[in-house]
Amino acid sequence: MSDNILEMRHIVKTFPGVRALSDVSFAVRRGEIHCLVGENGAGKSTLMKVLSGVYPHNDFEGEILLNGKNIEFNGIHDSELAGIGTIYQELALVPEMTVYENIMLGHELRRGMGIDIQEMIQRAEDLLKRVRLSVNPSAKVKDLGIGKQQLVEIAKALSRNVSLLILDEPTAALNEDDCDNLLDILRILKTQGVTSIMISHKLKEVLSIAETITVLRDGQTICTLDREKDKVDEQMLIKHMVGRSIENIYPPRASKPDESVVLLEVKNWSAYDPNLGRKVLNNVNFKVHKGEVVGLSGLVGSGRTELARSMFGNPDGYAIAGELSFKGRKQRFAHPSSAIRAGLAYATEDRKKNGLVLIKSIQENISLANLQGVSKHGIINEELDKQTALNFVNSLSIKTPGINQLCMNLSGGNQQKVSVAKWLFVGPDLLIFDEPTRGIDVGAKYEIYTIINDLVAKGMSILMISSELPEILGMSDRIYVVANGTIAGELDGKSATQEAVMRLATQY
Amino acid sequence: MNELLTVLKKNIREYGMYIALAAIMAVFTILSQGVFISSRNIANLLNQTGYIAVLAVGMTLVIVIRHIDLSVGFLSGFLGAVAAVALTQWHLPVLLGILVVLVLGACAGLLTALPVAGLGIPSFVASLAGWLIYRGALMLVTAATGTIIIPQDSFNALGNGYIPDLFASQTFLPGIHKTTLLLGAIAIVMFILGQLSDRKRKVQYKFEVLSGGLFAGKLVFLSVILGLISWILAGYNGMSWTVVIMLAVVLIYDFIARRTVLGRHIYAVGGNPEAAELSGISVKNITFVVFASMGFLSALSGILFTARLKSATPQAGTLFELDAIAAAYIGGVSAAGGIGSISGSLIGALVYMSLMNGMNLLGTDISLQYIIRGLVLLLAVVFDVVTRKRRS
Repeated sequence: MSDNILEMRHIVKTFPGVRALSDVSFAVRRGEIHCLVGENGAGKSTLMKVLSGVYPHNDFEGEILLNGKNIEFNGIHDSELAGIGTIYQELALVPEMTVYENIMLGHELRRGMGIDIQEMIQRAEDLLKRVRLSVNPSAKVKDLGIGKQQLVEIAKALSRNVSLLILDEPTAALNEDDCDNLLDILRILKTQGVTSIMISHKLKEVLSIAETITVLRDGQTICTLDREKDKVDEQMLIKHMVGRSIENIYPPRASKPDESVVLLEVKNWSAYDPNLGRKVLNNVNFKVHKGEVVGLSGLVGSGRTELARSMFGNPDGYAIAGELSFKGRKQRFAHPSSAIRAGLAYATEDRKKNGLVLIKSIQENISLANLQGVSKHGIINEELDKQTALNFVNSLSIKTPGINQLCMNLSGGNQQKVSVAKWLFVGPDLLIFDEPTRGIDVGAKYEIYTIINDLVAKGMSILMISSELPEILGMSDRIYVVANGTIAGELDGKSATQEAVMRLATQY
Repeated sequence: MNELLTVLKKNIREYGMYIALAAIMAVFTILSQGVFISSRNIANLLNQTGYIAVLAVGMTLVIVIRHIDLSVGFLSGFLGAVAAVALTQWHLPVLLGILVVLVLGACAGLLTALPVAGLGIPSFVASLAGWLIYRGALMLVTAATGTIIIPQDSFNALGNGYIPDLFASQTFLPGIHKTTLLLGAIAIVMFILGQLSDRKRKVQYKFEVLSGGLFAGKLVFLSVILGLISWILAGYNGMSWTVVIMLAVVLIYDFIARRTVLGRHIYAVGGNPEAAELSGISVKNITFVVFASMGFLSALSGILFTARLKSATPQAGTLFELDAIAAAYIGGVSAAGGIGSISGSLIGALVYMSLMNGMNLLGTDISLQYIIRGLVLLLAVVFDVVTRKRRS
């Protein structure tokens, strides 16, 4: 009988109209790193919310045993007291407060009527040492990079004497260095007796760190695998996740870019961010041909998204110098609306934050960027609007009960398809696709790649920004590597290797 | 019956307002031994609601785009006084005077929006400045003469007058306003036709619709309500010009909100300003438009109120902004942005004014009136949040 720190038995959780978890059971051994994998909508995050008390115990069926004892949580506070620390996908730090204030938030140390700042800084320093982060505890969190913020978050969890750490896609927003570092930290914590449950979409990362892997699909546990004993590899995981094996993650593309037509050319492009008070782009030069997929690789913070936004109507108000010619004409777009009119589209990296209006329906989101297309004299033709949405739902196979479904109720992959549909309805010549497959599952990824291939076959060009190297290598005709606000190098899509891209990305 | 219950549960937020309105009216009718529901009082209630409902409509859109406008009360008071001055001292024709005031209102709205849209100053602060400024301006305009009495009957009719009865007759239904009845009948027919075509479209796109029986029941029920309202109004002087203006504002704004590109843009900006901006919508322009509309409606509200009193007073407009905000929230607008309907704000205003009117009828002490109004507002917002949570 192995020593289980946690057992969840026959968990059933339903939302109005949806059964998110139907009979999930799984066990975590003390001191291991246990990964949960599954497609989006498989129920991973819901399961962790059940465990951390976000859903109170009378909100679901089934039982949870912690250290062999039946537990009933009524809120996150209860699970924290029981030694469970949870780190969510979205960081939960207060940016304007200092590192030590964040770490000690909610259990500040008192001294007399006030708080004991000295002791709190001391405690924070000890905790930062445990996560191997050397920052000034009095620095503001907003001044740290996202990788460091993630570590502060872990230190915060550790400050509450956790024995079980839950991490929901902790590396989704991190670059490779920060990822590796985070995984190292988890290994160190393990030697200190902390058990971790990690949700991740990155299978390589899962295989490098997990001892045990549980696969969820459609709200059910498919299997729990021992990485060494079962000789788990990526193909095997994918097979369990999707219920079928995907032979090739990147669909072959028949079409070739038309190198005689330069669609977009950017010369000596620089941008200064008055809010940050520094240059975010410095002398960028690149071009995109008709029907081409150009990959824009680079570490997070290297300036890829800034480049896209500075071209797409500059909503951040950068001071820009340089030259941009699009469809053979020199132009500078003053607002996203003029960029869209000219034939440029930009699907953002964060669908929820600035891609979709989540509280509105699929129908309203799809026509949002091109309402002229469904209206006459400013009055919307309801029929046409509905028909348009319906056509895209069918052609992109968006899974939804109807076009009046609110976008917040869709899975990540389907939200991404709505975002794509919105831009396709505009009919752009160039689609800037920022992190096209972030946070979406393997099956939906394949569909997005297929859509990209269809689009370039029809003569559209795609500028794809991605943090996932295999995706950049698998999809791009040409690759530009961005580092430190400028183009560090150009590579051919076929011959490039991960190592070559990383060398360029990290040369500064 | 089961379907009725599930539909009620699902749309509890929307129907809740109507049920609350019906309940409030029923309670006051009983307590006042029928005086509340009398033709005379209902006509009076609707006329009182007019100038608040008009403000609530504008305020709903302001709150939808995540802003607030505190200046509207004294702006409407000030512009009402300007209308009085225009008619009595500049001797402008009534129509021209009204037009000038409406344009001034829209300009005032643009001025409020200038620091908000241009510099990102919180609308609370920008409009608080407006509140102070317009209050001072109102005092300034009325300082010399005190209350300005308006002699023009055609102007005052906007607040006190009723539409003429084109079919006046001593033999057929004497004492009943036939034109109002006819308008009521037309409204019922339009309503039924609209609902039928809406349902047809929904079926075509496979949206969920009520079963045939329940749908018919809904049509009959609401038609009877519309009929009753017109009958009650017809029993006094018929429809007032205030009601006509209020309904016109609600219908036009409702159409804009639901059926036009501008409406979609407004709700998108409220739902997610960043996504809207990146979809090519100018958040700045939308902010200007919504505040200009608020200023325009403030002017209209000021005109209605001034006409009702037949004079401009130094206190006109006091607390109107808070009444309008309360009505908008009772009507289901969400401070998080992007949610809130025009018809809801009308119902909100009716609920709020029914309370005031009913309590005045019963002679409730004014201190108690404020407390009850506060509790109802709190209840409405709590109800809103709770039902929203349960649904999501």
